[in-house]
Amino acid sequence: MTQILVRYCTLLILTLLVLTIISFSLAYLFPGDVLENLTGLVPQNDIQRAALEKQFKLDQSYVHQFVYYVSNLLTGEWGYSFTSGLPLREEVGIAMPATIELATYAMLMALFIGIPLGYYAGIRCYSTSDYAINSASITIYSFPVFWFALLLILIFSLQLDVAPLSGRISLLYHIEPVSGFILIDILLADTENKSLALKDALSHLALPTFAIGAIATASMARMARRSVIDVKHRPYIAAAISRGLSSWQIFFRHILRNALLPILPLMAIQITTLITNAMIVETLFSWPGIGNWLIQAIYQRDYPALRIGMMAVSTVVITLTILVDLFNRVIDPSREKYERAAV
Amino acid sequence: MSHGLVKRLSLCLCSALLVASCAKQNKQAFYNTGIIYCSESNPVTFNPQLDTSSTTSDASSHQLYDRLLDFDPESGRIVPSLASSWLVSDDGLTYAFQLRKDVWFHTTKYFTPSRNFNADDVIFSIDRWRLTSHPYHYISGGRYPYFESIGLAQNIAAVERINGYRVEITLKRRDSSFLANLATDFAVILSEEYATQLSQAGTPSKIDELPIGTGPFKFESYRKDHFIKYRRHDNYWRSSLSTAEDDTAPPDNNRESEVRVDDQNQAFGNNTPNDGEQTTVEQLIFDITPRSSLRLAKLMTGECDATAFPAQTELEVIRAKDDLILAEKPGLNIGFWAFNTQRPPFDNPDVRRALAAAIDKNTLLEAVYFDSAIRAKTLLPAASWAFQNDADDTAYNPVLARKLLADAGIETGFSMTIWAMPVERAYNPNATKMAELIQRYLRDVGVEATIVSYDWTTFRRHLREGLHDSVLIGWSADNGDPDNFYRPLLSCGAIPSGTNRAMWCNQDYDRLINDALETDDIEARKAIYRQVNRLLYERLPLVPIAHAYRYQAYRTELEGIKINPFGGVRFGGVKKAL
Repeated sequence: MTQILVRYCTLLILTLLVLTIISFSLAYLFPGDVLENLTGLVPQNDIQRAALEKQFKLDQSYVHQFVYYVSNLLTGEWGYSFTSGLPLREEVGIAMPATIELATYAMLMALFIGIPLGYYAGIRCYSTSDYAINSASITIYSFPVFWFALLLILIFSLQLDVAPLSGRISLLYHIEPVSGFILIDILLADTENKSLALKDALSHLALPTFAIGAIATASMARMARRSVIDVKHRPYIAAAISRGLSSWQIFFRHILRNALLPILPLMAIQITTLITNAMIVETLFSWPGIGNWLIQAIYQRDYPALRIGMMAVSTVVITLTILVDLFNRVIDPSREKYERAAV
Repeated sequence: MSHGLVKRLSLCLCSALLVASCAKQNKQAFYNTGIIYCSESNPVTFNPQLDTSSTTSDASSHQLYDRLLDFDPESGRIVPSLASSWLVSDDGLTYAFQLRKDVWFHTTKYFTPSRNFNADDVIFSIDRWRLTSHPYHYISGGRYPYFESIGLAQNIAAVERINGYRVEITLKRRDSSFLANLATDFAVILSEEYATQLSQAGTPSKIDELPIGTGPFKFESYRKDHFIKYRRHDNYWRSSLSTAEDDTAPPDNNRESEVRVDDQNQAFGNNTPNDGEQTTVEQLIFDITPRSSLRLAKLMTGECDATAFPAQTELEVIRAKDDLILAEKPGLNIGFWAFNTQRPPFDNPDVRRALAAAIDKNTLLEAVYFDSAIRAKTLLPAASWAFQNDADDTAYNPVLARKLLADAGIETGFSMTIWAMPVERAYNPNATKMAELIQRYLRDVGVEATIVSYDWTTFRRHLREGLHDSVLIGWSADNGDPDNFYRPLLSCGAIPSGTNRAMWCNQDYDRLINDALETDDIEARKAIYRQVNRLLYERLPLVPIAHAYRYQAYRTELEGIKINPFGGVRFGGVKKAL
């Protein structure tokens, strides 16, 4: 177990190191002044510039600069945004949880709706209900996410007027960001309109979560169905049937857990898709998340923000992927036999 | 038994309904406490002295601050605000302002006023932009674009404190547009006490970032690209006015006392019964939404109560919705077709008149503005007090046009250029389309026109150099004073600064508009501007085409919102009832 942990930790650290090198070199690759790209600070005069260059060790070798850069990253000194002038750590600290929140709820939706549906279809395979679920999931799965989100806005916001189309919560509420998750923050917040605020936040969440979640649900259902059908044809199921177990017993004792095992590693791949989809959907729903924030940074050529944004998004994705993988290893030791350190 | 069950069930149902309706009431009550306005962009600063863009003044001028004087949005007249009355000396050089007592500055997390508004604040606010030696002059850049463009600082000799509530301003030259300039969005009153505190703390630049004013709302927080939040100013002077009798000095003339009544009515929305409670709105929020289509969508779903600048193409959608109101008002602007009067044959007034008679302005209005503008006869829109209703206007008459052209010796097939500006403006949303229409009309009278366009910067540079035969362009004014139209557009002095697109210089015209500034008598000034209009009709250096409407879209829940043709949006006194 320790060996596995060490191996995963090295993998994580090495990948992050490569990422850091890329993000550091971006300061040189982006057009414009290296000092400004690196810090987001625009020196007013030569004295200030010299002082800043000395502080960021730009007068020394690349290795020194890089070491200083990494230590800054670790201590939370991420530089400043060109456009807002605010510390990037603060900006990412607000935007990142918003995206993760959206992706989390979509993931939960996929888990709690997609997997049961897939199981149902798998058990009843080649029946009418299976065909219905299967074709519905294929249809939803082939929707481009931004188009699907637009469709939802058009129907539910503009035509039926049942859900708001932008933001996380009505601006009338004052919710202090503590965890960055709006629902948790509302529960922690000290307002008298808690239930109203919760209702408002949920109505804001509904459409974007559904837009991302529906596609994840569809793919999850398809994977679960495939997996259940595979398991059903295993010899041990035939053996169980011949022993005279009832179909419920077979399902709960043999199919349920065994079919879950191949799905879990695929979830790791889903995380990347989910976060990317969340970033696309954010821009449509004006959700103040990292995707929306990065798009603004691209429009306004905010190089320090782009550098840190890329760093933050990839760190989250890599960490989550490795964690899920580690989790899979823990619950399924059989994987050890035939593969090593797969991401 | 079953009877009891039914009873119990119905009881449950009733209480559930009750709870639901209570929740609904709560919800309504909560949503009624705040107005959300979808604004189009980020303000540059929270001090409108420092920036002339309408985004900045929308976000600050009427929400956070007051001015000494205001424009009445209905009549365009100057009405008292922080100055309850004023006296002008006979020579027109000295203005004495009596200030209102019991006006309080905002109390916020970062500032608590210890005294109310007085003469020191007025002197501080004016001296900040007027005197380069003022300690606050160079804070936040030291540029005061509005006051620089009209040269006001050079014309003020002194700003003096007579007593705590009386200030005297002495001018070097007479300037009858002086009061109008003090009523613009840019002439706001800052707190001198706050400034002193900030300079003691060594953070003077905060005065423009964390603003303190006397306006109906106080600043709470701002997140760039997201929102600006304001809270109600509980001690706002206009809200206490209706209960306490106003004890300021009596007005110095008839005109003023008459407008003072208007002023109070306007502050409380004159048709609401409960004038006493100023407003139930506790919060004002600017939701910064740069995309016009998204602003409209938010307005439709009720996420915004009002929005800025609906696009011309969206107007029909707004009109079609029952729960949306599209308020429209002629704006303070003019779109026109100017001839380069320094190039023959356009130096001949007959040629200019012929070309003007060749076009049908009404068709242009329909096709280019989609009827969201009114036909212009003179430079001045109807919102200006000097608007002349019976002014002469050119008429569509191709026969006359052909005759005039023949008399002037212009042969059939004569060719000229029409420059069409490359950007959209309220006063001309599509100059190229307008140019194409004019091209057709001119062909009918035997003139071949070519359309010319460059990118905006090059376009303006070439115009300044006078390379054009004629140009479709326009002007938006900053205040209701007619001088703001006549002087920059056609005076000799405006040729080098590049606002006189006709390159027209006429001594009579310049003498007349200078005379108009020498007098304070409104009727005398009106008479002079009548002569000016007549002169312009005869000489026709430019063809006035349209005054475009200003639009504001809002939901029916809002009550008391008014379009202000003289600048920014105002939310003081607006009520919300879902």
